[in-house]
Amino acid sequence: MRIVLERRDDRPRWLSFASPLAAVVLTMIAGAILFALMGRNPVAALKVFFIDPLSDGWALQELAVKATPLILISVGLTLCYRSNNWNIGAEGQLVMGAIFGSWLALATHGTPNGPWVIAAMLALGALGGMLWALIPALLKTRFGVNEILASLMLVYVAELTLDYLVRGRWRDPKGFNFPQSVNFEPEATMPLLAESGRLHVGFLIAIAVALTAAFVMARMIKGFEIRLVGEAPRAARFAGFDDRRTTLLVFAVSGALAGLAGIIEVSGPIGQLQPSISPGYGFTAIIVAFLGRLNPIGALVAALFLALTFIGGENAQIAMRIPLDVTRVFQGLLLFFVLGCDAFLLYRLRILATGRTA
Amino acid sequence: MPPLLEARGIVKRYGALVANDHVDLTVAPAEIHALLGENGAGKSTLVKILYGLVQPGEGAIAFEGRPVALASPAQARRLGIGMVFQHFSLFEALTVAENVALSLPAETPMATIEAEVARLSAAYGLPLEPRREVWRLSVGERQRIEIVRALLQNPKLLILDEPTSVLTPQEADRLFETLERLKAEGRSVLYISHKLDEVRRLCDRATILRAGRVVAACDPRVETAASLARMMVGADVGEVRTAAHEPGAVRLAVSGLSLAAADTHGTALRDVALDVRAGEIVGIAGIAGNGQDELFAALSGERGSAAGSVVIDGSAVGAENITARRKRGAAFVPEERLGHAAAPRFTLSENTLLSGHATNGLVRGGFVDRNAVSGWLQRVIKAFDVRMSGPDPEARALSGGNLQKFVVGREILREPSLLVVAQPTWGVDAAAAATIRQALIDLAARGAAVLVISQDLDELFEISDRVAVIAGGRLSEAVPARSLTRGEVGLLMGGIHGEAAA
Repeated sequence: MRIVLERRDDRPRWLSFASPLAAVVLTMIAGAILFALMGRNPVAALKVFFIDPLSDGWALQELAVKATPLILISVGLTLCYRSNNWNIGAEGQLVMGAIFGSWLALATHGTPNGPWVIAAMLALGALGGMLWALIPALLKTRFGVNEILASLMLVYVAELTLDYLVRGRWRDPKGFNFPQSVNFEPEATMPLLAESGRLHVGFLIAIAVALTAAFVMARMIKGFEIRLVGEAPRAARFAGFDDRRTTLLVFAVSGALAGLAGIIEVSGPIGQLQPSISPGYGFTAIIVAFLGRLNPIGALVAALFLALTFIGGENAQIAMRIPLDVTRVFQGLLLFFVLGCDAFLLYRLRILATGRTA
Repeated sequence: MPPLLEARGIVKRYGALVANDHVDLTVAPAEIHALLGENGAGKSTLVKILYGLVQPGEGAIAFEGRPVALASPAQARRLGIGMVFQHFSLFEALTVAENVALSLPAETPMATIEAEVARLSAAYGLPLEPRREVWRLSVGERQRIEIVRALLQNPKLLILDEPTSVLTPQEADRLFETLERLKAEGRSVLYISHKLDEVRRLCDRATILRAGRVVAACDPRVETAASLARMMVGADVGEVRTAAHEPGAVRLAVSGLSLAAADTHGTALRDVALDVRAGEIVGIAGIAGNGQDELFAALSGERGSAAGSVVIDGSAVGAENITARRKRGAAFVPEERLGHAAAPRFTLSENTLLSGHATNGLVRGGFVDRNAVSGWLQRVIKAFDVRMSGPDPEARALSGGNLQKFVVGREILREPSLLVVAQPTWGVDAAAAATIRQALIDLAARGAAVLVISQDLDELFEISDRVAVIAGGRLSEAVPARSLTRGEVGLLMGGIHGEAAA
């Protein structure tokens, strides 16, 4: 007997929606088994994880706050992955964006300024992320360096740079030697959307970015170019598109969006620089991009779901004393099942009865 | 002495195409046997059947006098049939010995393999260093690894698929010495080629295939290159269209065009020169892989060349990209329908945009004008009778003929002043082929310059005013089709220059 994966020629449309849903259901089942093995009631644990965070207004606001960086980053990553450019280093671009934007917040600290400060910080944040992402892009287009490794390794360079700054030059002199910067001035923080809670303007920016990206991909020649370069590189060259320029463009855009997410986090929910500013949004966004079918609107929906796992993980830690690492396990399971379900979307499983193999 | 291998009445059909039509082949012991034929004649199908990769629909095979059913390559190897493919399957990062080890049982010690590789390479004149990484090796050395791999199985019959197509003349000479040694040991070689001088020099017998059938079995040493070529391409000359009009000004002028090969299986262009005038169709004949891909890339601008080497309507465009050349009124149809001319998983609308986005008024300020795209698509569908299911299917959902009508029609409707088209009717049904050929003739009659690169001699003789032949990256002079015979073209295709009276 032999098990063969055969490429499907016809990909039914319903399957492309069913696949991510099936992945979510399978993740829940695997999670329930995991909780049972840990000696917890699986139904109660899943409720704490996935239902309770949706139960009140404050928690819904938190969901949006957590989803904001995921949306921004994953939308950029969908452009990259669609064009066959594997940017794995969004976490580093996020950190570099936070560093660039925060420079202005710290430089203007203690002096009276207008609301231009936060706007300029956002622009600088996007610039920082973009420049950081262009390093692997240039290495790829110039020297053929694998962008997966280059972008991933630059994450650690960015994180250690941040660590160095908050422990050194940018440390709050009155901060009792804690490795953190001063709290940002009100002009250097994201405006809030509600009186109570932490929901800020960044969430609206993220939604606007997702809608814009969806429009560009569907209706503009640039989106066509990005999709064509990934789908059929030879046809893209025949169409007159330069795949190296496309690589630079998508890295620049996704880096800028990751950098924007970084400065929004620092100037919004966190309010200062500290050694760790992200629970791994840049990596989780990879899962978001795939769960959202590499579609900006899909990524928007998937980001809200992944945000739930962050909040659910915190809830489960408080309510049921389940380790926070379970969040990461859930996210890993989800990516595993998304890719697994996608394999069945692209391939058909066939079991052949044969006497001998070639 | 009974024949080593005897195949009788082999039939293999792929849909409506009969790749092998009652083919007989007999290989004697200690014989170098040539399998000759044009591309698409059925040579590859036949050897895949003999190596157990493809199962024939009808026919019987006997090896050493006993009937055999070749269900898999493993079984063929056990019987004593080895094969060296045209495209190698080697891991570049591994050493020679490691690559050889992959085809042996896992427990074989590396030292044994290295010793064995050294022994075989000394015995058969196949110099190889067992510990060198493959990426450091030339194409000829890589081929030697494949031959050593096959020899490790101690084969009685070794099949080589166009082995010299990737070799330098010196490497080819060395290969012939090896093959002579194998023959002296009593082994047989089945040698697939379309290079006539090689076959005459090396082979004891030749079986010639044309359009899936055996047209002759002969002793190549007593034949001339011209007689072999005639058997290979068919002696019957088809209808030749006489030029109905005087050609006008030169629209495409190529001179001194040289371009490196695109990859290890490509062929570099060497000092190619060619003129195409308004109102004429010039055909370029040649066997695949002789520089056609490189020529198309250089003319279309997918690959740049020296500015003056390609001139369109008096402007040097060698350094311009394909979009700039389209804006000058040129249009292009590449050989590969799916993946090159069209993106398989994109809809026909999107594929209309693919080559027309810069020239056909389909994009305004960066926004795709969907109505304009749809209108353009409807015109192509109507003018070229493209049949399809649904209003806007994906390109891969169309049949070969209909997709070809789409990709040719997409360019012709632009009314280009220059059209470069490769394999316009490859694998297309007769009705679609006729539509496309008529469209090319009509386009030229309206004053465009048309260049057709094709392996189909019938097609070239039917539609071309002048014909040139590309072989080994060199292009012969384009001469009026009326003054040429198929035999002469066949000789040029086999790479023999100078003998043909043009």
